[in-house]
Amino acid sequence: MDYEAQIKKNQFRTEEYKINMGPQHPATHGVLRLNLTIDGEIIKRVEPDLGYIHRGIEKMCEYDSYPQIIHLTDRMDYLSSHNNNEAVALAIEKALEIEVSDRVKYIRTIVGELTRLASHQLWWGVMGMDLGALTSYFYGFRDREVINDIFEETCGARLTMNYSIPGGIRYDIHKNFVQRVKDFIVHFRSKLPEYDQLLTGNIIFEKRMKGVGILSKEDAISYGVSGPVARASGVKSDIRKIKPYSAFAVQDIDFKEPIYTEGDAYSRYKVRIDEMWESMRIIEQLVDNIPEGNIKEPTKAVIKLPKGEFYQRVETARGELGVYINSDGKKSPYRMKFRSPGFSNLSALEDMAVGSKLGDLVAMMATLDLVVPDIDR
Amino acid sequence: MSYFSEIYRGFKTLINGFRVTHKYFINARKEIVTVQYPEERPVIFDRFKGEVIMPHDENNEHACTGCQACEIACPNGSIEIIWDRVLNEETGKKKKTIDKHIYHLSMCTMCSQCIEACPTGAIIWGQEFEHSVTDRSELTKVLNNPGSKVRADVED
Repeated sequence: MDYEAQIKKNQFRTEEYKINMGPQHPATHGVLRLNLTIDGEIIKRVEPDLGYIHRGIEKMCEYDSYPQIIHLTDRMDYLSSHNNNEAVALAIEKALEIEVSDRVKYIRTIVGELTRLASHQLWWGVMGMDLGALTSYFYGFRDREVINDIFEETCGARLTMNYSIPGGIRYDIHKNFVQRVKDFIVHFRSKLPEYDQLLTGNIIFEKRMKGVGILSKEDAISYGVSGPVARASGVKSDIRKIKPYSAFAVQDIDFKEPIYTEGDAYSRYKVRIDEMWESMRIIEQLVDNIPEGNIKEPTKAVIKLPKGEFYQRVETARGELGVYINSDGKKSPYRMKFRSPGFSNLSALEDMAVGSKLGDLVAMMATLDLVVPDIDR
Repeated sequence: MSYFSEIYRGFKTLINGFRVTHKYFINARKEIVTVQYPEERPVIFDRFKGEVIMPHDENNEHACTGCQACEIACPNGSIEIIWDRVLNEETGKKKKTIDKHIYHLSMCTMCSQCIEACPTGAIIWGQEFEHSVTDRSELTKVLNNPGSKVRADVED
């Protein structure tokens, strides 16, 4: 007997009421507040309330020079900070009509894919923790630490790398970089099956994920959802395939775009696991043949962009990041706009969540892979 | 019937997961990744961006000419230079000399702009990472040592 009929039979009078999820909730991964309207355990409405970590990055960009903007983008989606740097650097290079060397393109792509791996490892760890499996947290962080060491040695920082700059990269790769990346691939190829063994086939995990938070293909397109969330609903949205940039435009790299059609939390999980395999394949194809070349093209001491509008999009770990620069010819942009993947993905949450139980909301949010500073810049 | 098959599957997948965790439990000594922090120190890489430092040589001399390029390049205003024109006894000309190179670590975002802007290489990245203090005023540092002066061979 379903819930509604049971209420009718027992003559219960139920009332809708509001509760707050967040801003200090362990499953929201940051300061995201959800205004929930619930009836018993059934979710009726979900209203995300943003603004708790709004720093005004877009406004700050209007007062900074172009090289100074790069370090602000680290702080948006801090789990894929290199991809953010790359997006801004590519947009500025497009405006200045600079063609960077192949070496820069290869290094940017390798570091970008490592960032994606690190982001997905962290996501896998905390997703397990959200669903009550603390073990996965330690396993995810163990493997992420190896990538963080690679970043620390080459870029100088573990999280906010600040490595791509307009015209190239900040330093050349460290002499241990190639060997360390190869060692990591060997290490992680043996560890990734453990991820499957721990969670993927587990019956408790499957029961909590399968059929939860279904997002149809039509809704995914109309909400502008991108990245793994869109791919789980059957939408092809990989910018690396649609509009190749960096090394994807130079070499024909053989990699698949994992597509699932169910659109539920479990397929979003599977997409990300498959993406980790694909990222490793991309790195393997690139790391052995990094060409020689300049690491930085000469730019003027004060970079001034020509008048006009410039747009560049890249694929971060969460989806499509767009950087829009409106320049009026001065040393800082007239308007800077970031189209962040997390914001669009969050907007689909209400569509997924309405009608399901409160406990499933945590599974939905975990598989959306929300990073709140990215949503709320 | 599916009820019993699910119980069977439940136990099977549970044991499958335990195989991973127990493998590490039994071989706990082989793959230790944690570091007992205060006793064991992690390896800090040369490029690690911990804080901005100004190296001095044995004569207590640095390479900062007070050109303020780092102050202009900093996006957060974390560098302040207090300078004055001091009369040089030998040449009889007035030369720009720094009094204090003040660095606000609390405002620094480690963006490397100042270090790339410096024409003389006077400031570099230091690898210190233990920055916690009990009072935030301790995070405002004066980078040049008291009584230090510019190295003679540095041209501005």
